[in-house]
Amino acid sequence: MDVYGWVQLILFTGILLACTRPMGVYLVSVLDADGKTFLDPMARPLEQLLYRLAGIDSKSEQTWKQYAVSLCLFSLVSLLFTYAILRLQHLLPLNPQGFGPVSPDLAFNTAVSFTTNTNWQSYGGESTMSYFSQMVGLTFHNFLSAASGIAVAAALVRGIARHSAKTIGNFWVDIIRTNLYLLLPLCLIYSLFLAVIDTAINGQAAGTQIIAQGPMASQAAIKMLGTNGGGFMNANAAHPFENPTPLSNFIQMLSIFLIPSGLTYYLGRMVRNQRHGWIVWGSMLLLFLAAFLVCWWAEAAGNPRLQALGVDPLGGNMEGKEVRFGIFNSALFATVTTDASCGAVNAMHDSLTPLGGLVPLFNIQLGEIIFGGVGSGLYGMLVFVVLAVFLCGLMVGRTPEYLGKKIEAYDVKMSVLTVLILIFSILGFTAWAAASSWGLTGIANKGPHGLSELLYAYSSGTGNNGSAFGDASGQVFYDYTNTGPGRQPGTKEANPCKRREPPCL
Amino acid sequence: MVARKHSLFDRTIIAPAVAESFKKLNPRSLLKNPVMFVTEVGAAITTFFIFFRVQDEAVSFTLQISLWLWFTVLFANFAEAMAEGRGKAQASELRKTRTRTIANRLNADGLTEKVAAEQLRKNDLVLISAGEVIPADGEILEGIATVDESAITGESAPVIREAGGDRSAVTGGTRVLSDRIKVRVTANPGESFLDRMISLVEGAQRQKTPNEIALTILLSALTIIFLVVIMTLKIFGLYSGTSFSITVLVALLVCLIPTTIGGLLSAIGIAGIDRMVQKNVLAMSGRAVEAAGDVDVLLLDKTGTITLGDRQATEFIPAAGVPAQELADAAQLASLADETPEGRSIVVLAKQYGLRGRSISEMPHAAFITFSAQTRMSGVDIDGRQIRKGAADAISEFVGSAFPAEVQQAVDTIARAGGTPLVVADTDRPLGVIYLKDIVKGGLKDRFDRFRAMGIKTIMITGDNRLTAAAIAQEAGIDDFIAEARPEDKLALIRREQAAGHLVAMTGDGTNDAPALAQADVGVAMNTGTQAAKEAGNMVDLDSNPTKLLEVVEIGKQLLITRGALTTFSIANDVAKYFAIIPAMLIILFPVIQPLNIMRLQSPGSAILSAVIFNALIIIALIPLALRGVRFRPLGAAMLLRRNLLMYGLGGLVAPFIGIKIIDVLITALHLV
Repeated sequence: MDVYGWVQLILFTGILLACTRPMGVYLVSVLDADGKTFLDPMARPLEQLLYRLAGIDSKSEQTWKQYAVSLCLFSLVSLLFTYAILRLQHLLPLNPQGFGPVSPDLAFNTAVSFTTNTNWQSYGGESTMSYFSQMVGLTFHNFLSAASGIAVAAALVRGIARHSAKTIGNFWVDIIRTNLYLLLPLCLIYSLFLAVIDTAINGQAAGTQIIAQGPMASQAAIKMLGTNGGGFMNANAAHPFENPTPLSNFIQMLSIFLIPSGLTYYLGRMVRNQRHGWIVWGSMLLLFLAAFLVCWWAEAAGNPRLQALGVDPLGGNMEGKEVRFGIFNSALFATVTTDASCGAVNAMHDSLTPLGGLVPLFNIQLGEIIFGGVGSGLYGMLVFVVLAVFLCGLMVGRTPEYLGKKIEAYDVKMSVLTVLILIFSILGFTAWAAASSWGLTGIANKGPHGLSELLYAYSSGTGNNGSAFGDASGQVFYDYTNTGPGRQPGTKEANPCKRREPPCL
Repeated sequence: MVARKHSLFDRTIIAPAVAESFKKLNPRSLLKNPVMFVTEVGAAITTFFIFFRVQDEAVSFTLQISLWLWFTVLFANFAEAMAEGRGKAQASELRKTRTRTIANRLNADGLTEKVAAEQLRKNDLVLISAGEVIPADGEILEGIATVDESAITGESAPVIREAGGDRSAVTGGTRVLSDRIKVRVTANPGESFLDRMISLVEGAQRQKTPNEIALTILLSALTIIFLVVIMTLKIFGLYSGTSFSITVLVALLVCLIPTTIGGLLSAIGIAGIDRMVQKNVLAMSGRAVEAAGDVDVLLLDKTGTITLGDRQATEFIPAAGVPAQELADAAQLASLADETPEGRSIVVLAKQYGLRGRSISEMPHAAFITFSAQTRMSGVDIDGRQIRKGAADAISEFVGSAFPAEVQQAVDTIARAGGTPLVVADTDRPLGVIYLKDIVKGGLKDRFDRFRAMGIKTIMITGDNRLTAAAIAQEAGIDDFIAEARPEDKLALIRREQAAGHLVAMTGDGTNDAPALAQADVGVAMNTGTQAAKEAGNMVDLDSNPTKLLEVVEIGKQLLITRGALTTFSIANDVAKYFAIIPAMLIILFPVIQPLNIMRLQSPGSAILSAVIFNALIIIALIPLALRGVRFRPLGAAMLLRRNLLMYGLGGLVAPFIGIKIIDVLITALHLV
């Protein structure tokens, strides 16, 4: 825990704080069908064109039921679309390596996973997917699943902010505007920036040895901004082409938190109580810092057994970490990627110390609400806010009220259901796997660490995170395909991100 | 009815409550309380394993765990039975007010028939003469009578009840002292407000309030979560090469689910209604009591609630050249025959000017002029003097000239300050002015300040003009007022406040208050009020004291705070139990978790047993708090939250560490494990 680390931490928190308000203010315009932004001259005609083509009446709003049906239908259709692309990639263009069709179960797993923003990757991207599959079949979802998450959060916030209104916005308008005014422009700038600082963006196979390359920066941008986490490379953000320098690493971490952080400001603005927005932001920051400091401390302290053999304790626990990132940046990345439902990784989570590894596990199991996935973090956090307000309201002798709305049996029921689903899925599947031969074959280690691997795999899958403890869980997730429907689009966070652990580096 | 406070340890309540605790073990009655139901199932399972030894553990251990689990359920039942028992004691006192009565029912053919009171139905007509007991709640159709209502209110002075107007309601069980009235029965037997109240305090009809339902859902969810945890823990144990015994798992489950609040929840609710009854307020539902705690706008009638019903003379302001003594003397003479409270207060004030009391009988030649709406003055003709007091313009006419400047100025000043000026004149000479003032009840300002601190807004409603209203509102420390209000303004105001998200409480007694009472979230009807008002409100104040609204709000808040505080305490308790039981279960398997074993309990067995015993005993320890309620303090929400979190959150965190450790030492010393 050296001084450089502290300086970077302060810098990270400071820049995040500075970005929150501008991002929040911008989100207010983006998520208002009549909102004005500086992009209007360029994007407005395109937006109108899209509405006309799709036959959307941007003026009419939907009830929550219509909104939910739109979301589910949209997810289902896009899921089938991606499944088709993956299965037919050998017939489609942009396939220089001549990859064959993706197998049915893997294609289904991947399609579900990207649609739900889980981005679990049971494959090595550079050795399985054609450029076309990556850019059209998958990147497409990175944008749309992220936009769905933001849309749902916006709909929820509108529901809270409005009194006696029946409608909560228009899903199609939300998703189009989020993409046109927020995700696409941001990713454009961001990709160019990453390209400048040298994240590979090309499509050539050069030299005598095939060096897997590809349009990485374009994916790196949305995988972080949209908290998707699905990398172009199997090794994800640990790969020098995806994440070459400490600066790119810093920016990538910041970009994971950027939109979720702005959404808290959006909440405050929409409910006309900016203080409340900052309180939500503050609680998130507090949880983030507490968890990170534990992880950082545990990693910096290193492994006492190795130290007993005479290894220099100052080095900390470097197993599974990239030398160019070191202890601080690996611990920070691990905390950030699991606080949010991103799941991109720049180090082996499996090789974290027991306490250090507990932090990502805890973050995911909390529901990825510390800033969280874009949109999903905010609405996940609001569930906890409702429960906390309920208890605190009782303690001050009032029927609990949140922003002028009474919290009654129905609201409590819905909130605890969210929590119960997490519990059932995480503990239920882990116990099932721990008691079955198929579960046990998937884990790389026996004993307590094997149990942690299982728990992490199902926490990650339930939370739509997509990071993993060890190589083994990728296999376990094959089996998870069987339970894939439990994670069908629209059932939970519409918008997680997923990623597989890099193989040993 | 005079509600008597029952000591917490009243033997007549405890003994039946113990018996009742066993009766409540019936799973069907426990099912409405999911937390305790799960505990009972756990107790049954461990009992089963006492006899069917499939597990490798000492019989004495299984036996003790099983016993303490049963105790946990019994203690929770006992808490509920205690609250109900106290309610029943109140109810039996309420019941004493009803004696078996014979009623004279007036049949359609115009003849009367003697029937038992229980046979009367709604809309029957009965005749009641002096000396008879009124057989049922009803409304007077004809006649006027004095009624002794001491059986209900404890107030011995008889009250007048008459047909029409706001004093037409009579209550079953009270006695007619004079005259004869014809009454239309308004409640079937068993449906009068007394009956409803009795069944409510006895707990028979008690339905869960919305807030209780929400809390029960939360507690059930916690229970389900821990059920999943316990079941998967068994499997994770098997994976790790150990088989946790069912007894230990059940013990862990019961310690983690919120048994403390689960066991005390209904007791808290019943006790809240009970405390209302002790204040002589009958709440029609638990929901009403809870709503009282939520109220943030109080609508208060000026007269009777904020001010004493009548104006009082507070000052004599003599005209130039008139000694104060002379003014006081004239004012006293003019008021001797004036039996209104205002008149009496003038006589009393005059005594402060050294005048001896006089009585009418001393002055046989005096001719007293009573007040009339036409003349708007009263007074006396004595020894050739014509002494008059009355409204300024009436007296001005009487003396036949304009007042001197200083008198006119005094009249204007008093009117501006919200008082009523009465001018006194001797024949053609104005003597001065009497200042009649609305007297704000004592202690109200402090009380309203406390309400303001809690975020409750007070609004005064009065028929007075703005000037008067503003002056009184300021004196009483009221936040807002509505002057020159008509009855329908109340309803409009309540609707407006509710639309803005507020909950409104009000008191009322007249029939024209009924719509507003029904619309308000808490409507307290005065027992002296009309039947319509009583039916529209959701509470009835037997003492008919409008100021009691403030206490009603305090009791409601206290109920909610008690519930929240014990919930927090219960959930915070879990932390210590983790530290007691988890190391006990796992330390042999994973010696590396030794640093988590901060409690250093004697053995795994004693650790688990201590936690279970603590879990059961804490319910008993908290029964007094649940029944009495936490102490109510008028603090702002933030302060209150901080205080309660500190006391019940932190307290709930720390208490079990100490308690479990002590129990561990004790049971080890006694060789129980």
